[in-house]
Amino acid sequence: MAGKPVLHYWNARGRMECIRWLLAAAGVEFEEKFIEVPADIEKLIKDGSLMFQQAPMVEIDGMKLVQCRAILNYIATKYNLYGKDAKERALIDMYTEGILDLTEMMLQVVISLPDQREAKISLLKEKTKNRYLPAYEKVLKSHGQDYLVGNRLTRVDIHLLEVLLYVEELDSSLLAPFPLLKALKSRISSLPNVMKFLQAGSQRNSPINAKQIEEARKIFKF
Amino acid sequence: MAGKPVLHYWNARGRMECIRWLLAAAGVEFEEKFIEAPADMEKLIKDGSLMFQQVPMVEIDGMKLVQTRAILNYIATKYDLYGKDAKERALIDMYTEGIIDLTDMMLKVVTGFPDQREANISLAKDKAKSRYLPAFEKVLKSHGQDYLVGNRLTRVDIHLLEVLLYVEELDSSILDPFPLLKGLKSRISSLPNVKKFLQPGSQRKPPYDEKIIEKAKKIFKI
Repeated sequence: MAGKPVLHYWNARGRMECIRWLLAAAGVEFEEKFIEVPADIEKLIKDGSLMFQQAPMVEIDGMKLVQCRAILNYIATKYNLYGKDAKERALIDMYTEGILDLTEMMLQVVISLPDQREAKISLLKEKTKNRYLPAYEKVLKSHGQDYLVGNRLTRVDIHLLEVLLYVEELDSSLLAPFPLLKALKSRISSLPNVMKFLQAGSQRNSPINAKQIEEARKIFKF
Repeated sequence: MAGKPVLHYWNARGRMECIRWLLAAAGVEFEEKFIEAPADMEKLIKDGSLMFQQVPMVEIDGMKLVQTRAILNYIATKYDLYGKDAKERALIDMYTEGIIDLTDMMLKVVTGFPDQREANISLAKDKAKSRYLPAFEKVLKSHGQDYLVGNRLTRVDIHLLEVLLYVEELDSSILDPFPLLKGLKSRISSLPNVKKFLQPGSQRKPPYDEKIIEKAKKIFKI
């Protein structure tokens, strides 16, 4: 019985935001059930809904999927955003993994203890500037096309836009030396589904604040 | 020009071992170029062979692929070990990600600080016993089949066998409460390609020792 996908997570970006972005970009409406107190996650665990007792979990097409990459891969395949063949998928996967590594570094900054934060922010900026942004600029330069892979929109253009916006939140000058990335950011932002998601009132989640982190620590025990 | 895949990594398990296992299980011969000194790594970076200046890197079908998951996905697709459709792939991905999480926990034992070693070992054993092993035992119990997904061999049976051998290295009695996992371990180990890989003289890498860890720390500057 096909209904809307249902996303189970707390009301923050965390590890669910990339999934929200991909569904939105694909034009797929989704529901969210927010985990707000420890009892919510305990119930999901007790019901056997979380294979590894962890969220994100997405109910989709009769499955209760956990693990971000499994969820992203399924959505990308379903909505034809995963390239046309195995070689395109290999490039998409390689580029996506780099973006996930960078996003993970950002997540680590957010959940880091205050005395470690400065050092982690420095490392993050250094890797962004010297490793990740140049790698994607180089891809765009190599083929001169409007999209990262296969000359059409795929999931990785969406993942990249998302992380470029986070990079700008961190330090808006970081994108300055990368004209092709700036252009891609602009182009992808203008796609109708994306533009809608970027507007106020969408299900896009906002930068996290200290109160949310404390709540998450209670719920997820980290 | 199709030749054998070439694996670039240091001479240890690390993040390349799952790739060695999958190629071996698929019956694919491969070459290895070992990174033995910082200069080897610097050369690969200077040549532009490593998209994010990191290994593993696998040369295959004209591509220089980095990122473990990108490499595994490509190999699994190429050798028809990735299920028959998107839903099977979703299960395979979900199970694989859990296995990778557990493998990362065990890698941390080796790459973490020496004074945290005992704590990391405890954590890995505890999560194996209470989260991961029960989850996979439950999958096998749910369908009673010989393989995790789709009633035939897929990549995730190989990934699971590999990690079962590692948890046994940590604690040889750890599989005792899990008869179906023990059954799968035995069955998959008996497949001809796997049996060959398990024998001495194959390209399978041994457990870490102090010497290997010290070398890696120099090469990878950790």
